[in-house]
Amino acid sequence: MNLYKKAAIAGVYEHPTRWAPDKSAFQIHAESARGALEDAGLKISDVDGYFTSGVSGMAPILMAEHLNINPKFLDSTSIGGSSFDAHVHHACAAVAAGLCEVALITYGSTASSRGMSIGTGLRLGSEPPEQFESPYGPTTVGAYAMVAHRHMHQYGTTSEQLAEIAVTMRRHASANPQAKYRDTITVEDVLESRIISAPLHLLDCCIISDGGGAVVLTTPERAKDLKKPPVWVLGAGESCVHTGMGAQDITDIAARRSGETAFAQAGIAHSDIDMCMIYDSFTITVLTTLENLGFCEKGEGGEFVLNGRIGLGGELPINPEGGGLSNNHPGMRGIFLVIEATKQLRGECGNRQVEETRLALVHGTGGWLGVRHSGVTLILGSE
Amino acid sequence: MSGYQKPIPQIDEESKPFWEACKRHELYMQKCRDCGTLRYYPRALCGNCLSSDTEWVKCSGRGEIYTFTVTYQNRGAGFRDELPYVLAYIELEEGVRMMSNVVECEPEKVSIGMPVEVVFEDINDEIALPRFKPLPE
Ligand SMILES: [Zn+2]
Repeated sequence: MNLYKKAAIAGVYEHPTRWAPDKSAFQIHAESARGALEDAGLKISDVDGYFTSGVSGMAPILMAEHLNINPKFLDSTSIGGSSFDAHVHHACAAVAAGLCEVALITYGSTASSRGMSIGTGLRLGSEPPEQFESPYGPTTVGAYAMVAHRHMHQYGTTSEQLAEIAVTMRRHASANPQAKYRDTITVEDVLESRIISAPLHLLDCCIISDGGGAVVLTTPERAKDLKKPPVWVLGAGESCVHTGMGAQDITDIAARRSGETAFAQAGIAHSDIDMCMIYDSFTITVLTTLENLGFCEKGEGGEFVLNGRIGLGGELPINPEGGGLSNNHPGMRGIFLVIEATKQLRGECGNRQVEETRLALVHGTGGWLGVRHSGVTLILGSE
Repeated sequence: MSGYQKPIPQIDEESKPFWEACKRHELYMQKCRDCGTLRYYPRALCGNCLSSDTEWVKCSGRGEIYTFTVTYQNRGAGFRDELPYVLAYIELEEGVRMMSNVVECEPEKVSIGMPVEVVFEDINDEIALPRFKPLPE
């Protein structure tokens, strides 16, 4: 079954907090749910499908209790930061199959005020793959750094080119009053920031903040009569890449297959896309995602991101709100990609509005590039 | 050996022959007897054909660096005292890649394509960890 226009995004909400030491993640989930339902003009009692991840234990039933909902469809897909993009995919399928009518997706985290070290904490693990990795001290940054190094080796990509991505995201954040870091930076600033895991510098890495958000999807019929114009899901694709049996090319990422699926469903070409929301956990994530989605050939990503192409006003604006590199990153950023793309397609973004946006691409990466990761691509449209 | 703070592999049925070989300071990989595919990390079933008819093959212990990173930040116990250290994927002569460390070499001198050979670090009575050092020129 093709998911083309089988469900619509009816409401979104980005929690304004970046620092919430007195709130629990649960409270952020609930406040976000209220925001997205208000945006859609729906009531909590309308929700009959629920999707979440990130809180420990049996996330959907714990959160269903906190929200006092009794959904008839539950999904706790947990594939890293892209989980919430997968939730949109799965919610579309559930709505299309008639399994639920109003699907709520929520996220909330206090990663920053609780002092979580997302990128450089030790990952313990004795499960089969991990007993062959954790003794050697891999970190999240280290995994992505090994991809960056190999990319540099194979294609001549430079630290300056990667830095351009961080500089662009910060420029975008400087115009977003809610962004955590708003002082503009230069390529030199990135290169002079300390190295966390070579070749990645501090400013090649996403920030850590608190935050949360929510998204509501519903049927085409119902979406047409709600408060806000529907944003259609035109295509969706999902994929994962891992070490296989020990022979993966670590510059080939999950975005290739998820992107092919999503583009085929939507029936559009790359040149039709007006803007992208790409999970920017690290600068190298954006570069390899652009290549693997097919916006440029493998090895051309370093050139592609130069000369303002991915900035506001450029040919393919990416993350106009500042991304995970500067705006917010509470640990799993996938939901914010959907929220901003939806607002852009509705034309609600004020000074950061990408002009005449009709088609937006969202791509979430979860887990560790270079080791094992997931990729979810969504193509959203206003018409 | 006491005071070793890094994670220690938990030996199970699938990984036992691998770690027993390491203890003898030998590196072994699995090869499927049905389809001939080599695999790492060790597991009971071949990911190509699901056969569990497995041969353990001795590796030369030589390979080259496929990619690496010099880690400057890791708060984990055992690692924070050894910064900076080199995390790498080694492509073995036999064709499979494994995550490991590059040791006995200044991090600045490590490069992709550099030939390396296995060295074993005895971390306790059961486990010797395969790591890699540059091959003498
Ligand atoms: Zn086989």
